[in-house]
Amino acid sequence: MNHLPIVPILLPLIAGSVLLLSTRWPATVRHAFSLASVVGQLAVAITLFVTVAEGPIHVYALGGWAPPFGIVLVVDRLAAALLVLTGIVACASLLYAVARDTETSAPRFHALFQFQLLGIQGAFLTGDLFNLFVFFEVLLIASYALLLHGLTADRVKAALHVVVLNLIGSGLFLLGVALIYGVAGTLNFADLARVIPTLTSADAPLARTGALLLLVVFALKSALLPLGFWLPRAYGAAAAAVAALFAVLTKVGVYAVLRVYPLAFGPQAGELANVAAAWILPLALATLAFGALGVLASQSLRIAAGWIVVYSVGSLLVAVALFSEVGYAAAIYYLAHSTLASAALFLVVDLVAGYRTSAGDRLDTADAMPHGALLGSFFFVTAVTVAGLPPLSGFVGKVLILDASSGHPAAALIWSSLLGAALVVIVALSRAGSAVFWRTLPRTDGVRVPRPSLAALAAPAAILGCVAALVAWGGSATAFAQAVGRDLANPAVYIDAVLGGGHAQPDDRRSLR
Amino acid sequence: MLLSLVILIPLLGAWLPTALSRALGVDPARTAAALAATSLALVLSQAPSVLAGATLVSGWSWIPEAGLNATFRLDGFGFLFALLILGIGLLVILYSRYYLSPEESKERFYGLLLLFMGAMLGVVLAENLLLLVTFWELTSLSSFLLIGFWRHDADARRGARLALMVTGAGGLALLAGVLLIGHVVGSFELSDVLAAGPVIKAHPLYETMLVLVLLGAFTKSAQFPFHFWLPHAMAAPTPVSAYLHSATMVKAGIFLLGRLFPAFAGTETWFYIVSGVGLTTQLFAAYVALFRHDLKGLLAYSTVSHLGLITLLFGFGTPAGAVAAVFHIINHAVFKASLFMAAGIVDHETGTRDMRRLSGLARFMPWTAALATIAAGAMAGVPLLNGFLSKEMYFAETLQVQWLGAQYWMLPVAATLAGVFTVAYSTRFVHDVFFGAPPQGLARVPHEPPRWMKVPVEILVGLCLLVGLLPGLIVDPLLRAASGAALQAPLPDYSLALWHGLNLPVLMSVVALAGGAIIYFARRYYFGLHGYRQQRYDGRTLAEGLVALALAGSRRLVDRVANASLQRYVLLLLLATLGVGFVGARGLSLAPLESSTPADALAVALTAALAIAAVAATVLHTQRLLALVLIGVVGLVVSLAFVRFSAPDLALTQLLVEIITVLLLLLAMYFMPAASPRESSGLRRARDGLVAGAAGLGAGLLAWALMTRPFSTIAWYYLENAKPQGGGYNVVNVILVDFRGFDTLGEITVLGIAAVAIVALLQEIKLAAPQRDWDGRPWAAERHPLMLRVLARPLLPLALLVSVYLFLRGHNAPGGGFIAGLVTGTAILLQYVAYGSDWARERLPWNYSTAIALGLLLATATGLASWAFGAPFLTSTFGYVHWPVVGEFELASAMMFDLGIYVVVVGVVMVIVGRLGALSGPVGRGS
Amino acid sequence: MEALVAIAIGTLTSCAVYLLLRARTYPVLLGLTLLSYAVNLFLFASGRLVVASAPLTDQGLERFPDPLPQALVLTAIVIGFGMTAVMVVLALRAIHATGGDHVDGGER
Repeated sequence: MNHLPIVPILLPLIAGSVLLLSTRWPATVRHAFSLASVVGQLAVAITLFVTVAEGPIHVYALGGWAPPFGIVLVVDRLAAALLVLTGIVACASLLYAVARDTETSAPRFHALFQFQLLGIQGAFLTGDLFNLFVFFEVLLIASYALLLHGLTADRVKAALHVVVLNLIGSGLFLLGVALIYGVAGTLNFADLARVIPTLTSADAPLARTGALLLLVVFALKSALLPLGFWLPRAYGAAAAAVAALFAVLTKVGVYAVLRVYPLAFGPQAGELANVAAAWILPLALATLAFGALGVLASQSLRIAAGWIVVYSVGSLLVAVALFSEVGYAAAIYYLAHSTLASAALFLVVDLVAGYRTSAGDRLDTADAMPHGALLGSFFFVTAVTVAGLPPLSGFVGKVLILDASSGHPAAALIWSSLLGAALVVIVALSRAGSAVFWRTLPRTDGVRVPRPSLAALAAPAAILGCVAALVAWGGSATAFAQAVGRDLANPAVYIDAVLGGGHAQPDDRRSLR
Repeated sequence: MLLSLVILIPLLGAWLPTALSRALGVDPARTAAALAATSLALVLSQAPSVLAGATLVSGWSWIPEAGLNATFRLDGFGFLFALLILGIGLLVILYSRYYLSPEESKERFYGLLLLFMGAMLGVVLAENLLLLVTFWELTSLSSFLLIGFWRHDADARRGARLALMVTGAGGLALLAGVLLIGHVVGSFELSDVLAAGPVIKAHPLYETMLVLVLLGAFTKSAQFPFHFWLPHAMAAPTPVSAYLHSATMVKAGIFLLGRLFPAFAGTETWFYIVSGVGLTTQLFAAYVALFRHDLKGLLAYSTVSHLGLITLLFGFGTPAGAVAAVFHIINHAVFKASLFMAAGIVDHETGTRDMRRLSGLARFMPWTAALATIAAGAMAGVPLLNGFLSKEMYFAETLQVQWLGAQYWMLPVAATLAGVFTVAYSTRFVHDVFFGAPPQGLARVPHEPPRWMKVPVEILVGLCLLVGLLPGLIVDPLLRAASGAALQAPLPDYSLALWHGLNLPVLMSVVALAGGAIIYFARRYYFGLHGYRQQRYDGRTLAEGLVALALAGSRRLVDRVANASLQRYVLLLLLATLGVGFVGARGLSLAPLESSTPADALAVALTAALAIAAVAATVLHTQRLLALVLIGVVGLVVSLAFVRFSAPDLALTQLLVEIITVLLLLLAMYFMPAASPRESSGLRRARDGLVAGAAGLGAGLLAWALMTRPFSTIAWYYLENAKPQGGGYNVVNVILVDFRGFDTLGEITVLGIAAVAIVALLQEIKLAAPQRDWDGRPWAAERHPLMLRVLARPLLPLALLVSVYLFLRGHNAPGGGFIAGLVTGTAILLQYVAYGSDWARERLPWNYSTAIALGLLLATATGLASWAFGAPFLTSTFGYVHWPVVGEFELASAMMFDLGIYVVVVGVVMVIVGRLGALSGPVGRGS
Repeated sequence: MEALVAIAIGTLTSCAVYLLLRARTYPVLLGLTLLSYAVNLFLFASGRLVVASAPLTDQGLERFPDPLPQALVLTAIVIGFGMTAVMVVLALRAIHATGGDHVDGGER
């Protein structure tokens, strides 16, 4: 019996609970323990990734209850890829937290960090709609606590907004679940994919409404405009390590879209075919444009980083909205890129702000910072990545999206917005960089400031290394992305893996009356 | 392999100057030179085959899905550029060694120079067009960093940003164009693209592709109207200007024109756009150059003008024109680089580049003066110098153009006119600086620069002479190879003879030389050149104005829209929901009212009560206590509804949660500002009411439609298997702890995290408790009313007993871990209320956070136990044991899981209420 | 019955939405509470209504309610409780941190 699929959930659950008990441990032990836990999770993720990259989909029926009656965990290429991505970002963020962030040594922080991972990884793994809701709640409540960590006024303010919005979001999620269960009578993704196409035209409107309510929730999570305005301030206020981890959080919403709609509401879904497509594309373009303007308008690096996240989510959802095999492939590649890039950006920005004692991360003239050359090169590379300039992954991702959309009726619009927004971001980042690193006064204080510790540098460096790898081994990366695209474009594979020749099987549902 | 090395050596070697000088104290210039020389050697090693007309293509597939391959191409055209890049690069490296002042970071300078060198080589040696674009953008980036090298100079920063913006925009356009080409041709490899000329020209997207590609080329090569960034790039150190901004990078656009010549050239569109832009640029820039007072400014505009000339030649679309263009590329690179270096020497020795302050320097630096004069002569097209030859070819070409028909004469005239200005500003460059009266008020007395600073200039000027005198011998082989490769076709016959007899082109040259001389020397009588005030407005003002506009606009927009107002965001969320709901529910079929099962009076009464209470709570929400009581009523009715509709477990849970929630809200209310002011305007309230009404209507209709639909579900399975498979009669409980126990695990985790978050939120918080309530009545000093105490004490053991009972029967009858936990919690909670937190903490001295953690671990461990039996996580088992008194009794592994739940729930309730109680404790005493 | 429940859900939703749009944290809290009632009822209703029965298989009942939504609602109630609790405390913290109970902090 292969229990590997559930380990990414159990490991953080146990580690988190133990860390709650770790109040009396010395800090070093606690750090070592939680680092070991995330590294372990990354290792497991990689193992799963390797096995599903070529092999069949893993299905793990919890409690031994066969789907669709019990809850199943499903590890396919998409889920495995996101697990690895999460693992990388988690390791880097936690390393940075341990190395640099003084406020994050509390036992509570490490427990919450683990619970955050529990929620995220559970959401990636589950094959059940309501269970997805549960894991959304886990990751949300953990994210509230992490965002609040440190309890500065603007964190509290931001958290209040995030909490209220997401509580409403949870309500909408439940309404969506109710509408879909109320007509489909099942919660398992694969079973839904099998039932939805058979719905009568009397049931269709209910299911459609349910599907669209879920879309609103996912859009809120992934900060698709007009529901994403909360993000820049929240991410900008959070501690750097937390913000870096949150780079994955927005992608959970995108993942949910990729998981649910191609499978259950794809072209084959009869009355409900492609319910989401018409909505996502225009909003994604708007998000892209507004995000770019947000970057330009920002007066501090952290807020700019927050808008960068919005901007990249926009580009990402443009690719998703194509709802085509190539579109999915481009989306997967760009998802990996943008997650890593924004995580690195938050860490680098925090490093920079830490050395600009007088101005912090504000974009105004200040004394030249110590080790400006070192930090400057870090910032430059990260900026090049997020701006989608060659030779780093942003460029490849952009090319893939442009390629994928070339056949689309709205291609001209998509291309011009993608390239126009890219230009705005380039201008904005060059302004920011020149303001922070070039427009400086000679240092007044003669004090020698120690170089940032190797561990603190290693965290962003490691992420940037992965970004470089995405290009250097771009061939395999894009080939994998295409494989994911094929999976998503042919739901039958997933359905059969979960329900065992699901199409052949008789309907599992009966009337209770 | 070899080709990739040519590029990678400088590109990846960019960090070596720094590393080696840090580690071994090697002069960075030497390191850079060594790397450049290696690459040059590699290129030259291929000279024989390339000059023989061969095309080397090598490389490997990189990202085929994106069409991006690491394939490289070395033919005559690329060879020529590689030669310029590396040759002039070496001279610049040598020159900079003496140009840079000691306190400047040579490491950084040479590192960036190498970075650029590698990128530029990539552009000219790429076989794959996407690869070309990649390196293209890299040149923009490295040029950005090099222009900004003197970071403290505001003009340098602005110039750098401006250059990046213009060339970056062009790069994006080029990317789009290249992607289109790839789709039309079906390949990004140059060999295929160049072979597909007819296909491209016939394609409906030809114009689009052409314009996009040209945008890239013109921005990079500073063609009108995108020329303005180049003069501002002169804020860079002079070696950079000599190298990037005259000899190589600005030629990238020209290179692209030549490279794609076979695929795009020869159509009417091509002719009118390319030659039109080229001619305009050449004339306009030649004119403006005459009026610059800054040496580098003059050279910058002259560069723009000459680039225009080359563009114009390619624009003709004729083979002969292309040959002339290639020839002028060589000549211009040589003489312009030397002129920049000369200007740098003057600047270096006198401390100024302003021609109004300079004069008569020939006295002090005769040798430099001589060199500069020769180079300027080449620029002006004086016979026996290289510039003359290509200019003759150019003039000859202007006479051959077919497209213009009757207006054919315009072109030669315009060309001659441009020539006149060229001669004029060349003369000014020489005469203003080196001749005339000795200079006044210079910082220091000028003298010849260090020996090795002149050597690069000498070499280049030497080339001007050699090419000018012995073109056939020196340059012809290279020219043939390069033009042949650019044309991808047999060469036209041309001759590089110095003298073709007295013909029109010669006449045009004479006119140009004479006219130029006249204009310059007559300047005093016709217009005061030195008095001329340079125009304040140029492209930069426009571009920066645009950016400033965008900046202000985006700031206003973002502040207006993303205004950090929760009410705004909530409204947006609700409107989005209404929107999708409205669209989603299209065609919703509503059953007639009769299809509702008959309702009795009680149900109607309860619904009415619920509705009234809810509405009242909403309307009276400012009277907080009342509103809270009304909310309590609503919750009560909801739990009654659950009773009525056959959900006993739900009813119990709802009731208990209700109690605790209301208590929480009470506590919160106690610390909140007494009254909530009615701030929203009537209009606002009306709007909100409208939204609320729509939402309610929508929800109601959906619920009605849903409940009246027949439906079939998987739930029968739970009813059938709860007992046989799960060992319990209470199906809901079996689902919770068994069928869907995983949900429950997640759910208690949420509770646990909530408790942790609350503990975190309540650290060192101080809230002033009001002394009076909202009606101004003082709070009772007697904090623990007698009644409560009398009640509370016996209640605790009783409650514990009840919870044990509820827990044990939970699997078969309403109850279970949750409900039991909540009951226990509520009971202990009551102790707090009755006796105060201090008392309670003395008697209930457990650390509840620990309890939570242990509960979670217990539940998890139960799930893990099944691994021992090779079953998946959370697989349950059950059996029957005979207990003495109790008798036959069922024991399910799920009960351990349920116990975990119980512990967590108790812990959570305790933490939440305990902490809040502690909060109220000291403050409540009015401290 | 269905009609009544639908009416109840509608009323609760309306009130909740109106309260959610207020400017102070306390009414927003009430709104969230009402919203959770409405949502729980809705989710419960997705299993249709069955009167005078119970999901207990040892009572010799001839028709059963759908037990699955009941389980889901129970989970939802408990999660909602945790969330509400956090929200309440957060509201208090906001008053402490920003000196007012406006949803955007402070007094505005």
